[in-house]
Amino acid sequence: MDGPAIVARLTERFGPAVRETHAHRGDHTVVVDRAALADLLRLCRDDPALRFDLLMDLTAVDYLKYPGREDAPRFEVVYHLYSVPENHRLRVKVRVDEDDAVVPTAVPLWPIANWFEREVWDMFGIRFDGHPDLRRLLMYEEFVGHPLRKDYPVSKRQPLIGPRT
Amino acid sequence: MADASTTRRTQEFFLGEGTAPGTASGTEGTENLLVNVGPSHPAMHGIVRILTELDGERVVRADVEIGYLHRAFEKECEIGPYNNAMPYTDRLNYVSPLINNFGYAACIEKLLGIEVTERCQYIRVIMSEISRICDHLTCIGASAMELGAFTAFLYMVKAREFLWEAIEQVTGARLTISYGRVGGVKADLSPEIEAAVRMAFKETREVLAEVHKLLTGNRIFMDRMQGVGALSREETIGWAITGPMLRACGVPYDVRRATPYWVYDRMDFEIPVGEAGDNYDRYLVRMAEMEQSMRIVEQAVAAIPGGAVNVDFEGRPLVAPAEFVDRGKLGKTGGLLLTPLRLSPNLAGQERPLHDRVNVPDRRTVLPPKETTYGSIEGLMNHFMLIMEGFGIRPPRGEAYFPVEGANGELGFYVVSDGTDRPYRVRCRPPCLPPVAALHRMIEGGMVADIVPTFGSVNMIGGEMDR
Repeated sequence: MDGPAIVARLTERFGPAVRETHAHRGDHTVVVDRAALADLLRLCRDDPALRFDLLMDLTAVDYLKYPGREDAPRFEVVYHLYSVPENHRLRVKVRVDEDDAVVPTAVPLWPIANWFEREVWDMFGIRFDGHPDLRRLLMYEEFVGHPLRKDYPVSKRQPLIGPRT
Repeated sequence: MADASTTRRTQEFFLGEGTAPGTASGTEGTENLLVNVGPSHPAMHGIVRILTELDGERVVRADVEIGYLHRAFEKECEIGPYNNAMPYTDRLNYVSPLINNFGYAACIEKLLGIEVTERCQYIRVIMSEISRICDHLTCIGASAMELGAFTAFLYMVKAREFLWEAIEQVTGARLTISYGRVGGVKADLSPEIEAAVRMAFKETREVLAEVHKLLTGNRIFMDRMQGVGALSREETIGWAITGPMLRACGVPYDVRRATPYWVYDRMDFEIPVGEAGDNYDRYLVRMAEMEQSMRIVEQAVAAIPGGAVNVDFEGRPLVAPAEFVDRGKLGKTGGLLLTPLRLSPNLAGQERPLHDRVNVPDRRTVLPPKETTYGSIEGLMNHFMLIMEGFGIRPPRGEAYFPVEGANGELGFYVVSDGTDRPYRVRCRPPCLPPVAALHRMIEGGMVADIVPTFGSVNMIGGEMDR
């Protein structure tokens, strides 16, 4: 299936829950409501024509300082899906506000979401509802804050920690 | 004392008090033992901590903890112009840094909507494949060494040395090469590259033949590798594992074939696949891939447009760089722009005739050649416009994801641009994070001694995984 057909299929199936679509530089993208995210991802994986069996990447972007997006939700969680049998790709995005930064987990669909979601929690402070074990992945437990947020200063130091007792 | 010693187990005698806070297991009268492997452990090549729960010699549960080499790659990318991230990408997968360089540059090029020159695409293919061979040599050599086969390690490092010399001839460095540039590469191939590659491949092929004799049919090696650390096909895909580990399960997914980039679609190569998905098949896939990479390089070196890189300036005076600058200072700029210049050796390969062959003809992206910068006011302005803060490479607003086939699997860069000269967000999809995430699935139920060979076949590269 080519990109436009995938996007059309999802738009047809989810209607207004698919907020917007674009294909900047050939990367087909759907932006979906958070309420429909879990269903959309499940359909992407299980639909016999889509068969996105590989969650290639899961990350987030903090749009706090992006020009022209002052009123839009602060975060975007970005899923890059790939289908091994069909050899096609899709990007799924979901927007969340800072004071309600929760997204349903994708762990039941793809086990790798476990670590990817831990990293997003670690770096952006976005929670994943239903995640079995949402710990920090790269930073240490005592670290305060979420370093990839745009309001986390790049030169900020945190106290050294000694050995745990 | 006598009472205590009768109730204590052998492990505790060896490991001391306080080593057995584990939970009770199925066997009567014993309890599981928690053992920390790493983060700094002589048998682990890489800083990673595996917390294992052991029932005798058997791993019951394992928890892998990473992040010891985290140095905020993605954050650092956001604070400088686009090309400033290039040296950081060297340090992602430091065993095959060229692939990271080119992957990052290709993503920015996609964002800009430009295409690099044909010669540059060939150079990228050649250098990427040499890098891939280095990576596989290191991986197999190190994991063989951890099984006691020190000879294989020395042989493979010897072959890698020849390849590194070829890389050094082109890039000027062995490991931290910073050779990629958005819109091209730093410099053209050196004239001796063909001979260097031929010599390095001859050595590598001999080494591979020797290692095949030493390892592939070796009883000890096979017993330690076959059926160990295996993952089913479904589980490998579920854990988003790509590259040699996925191909070892029989899935012929390779970015070079699935979505060809640069000139990979013109190359004739095979995708080796395994069957069982265990450590032994991963070893065989990597061994076979090296031969395929060598085939690609040989084809690319033969087909590279422009033929030999030597540009002949015979009969025309070569001006030394210092004199060139002096003449400019005195205002004697007449004809300077067209004078061929002998650049200092550390800029070799960047001369003007070579510059156009390996870079996109886009003055908003690529620094002008040094002769133009120093020889004309237009060139100087062009140079400044790209270097000055707030100018430089400014892709239009938007986002792009570009995958390349790294040595360990799909290496993807996802870059978001806000229209300024520095990336708004750079995300690197590290190919060796998924296998490490699934490492506990590979070692649970196996023996303690099998942790190390499995870990070796995962080929964890801390710089890339922790970023």
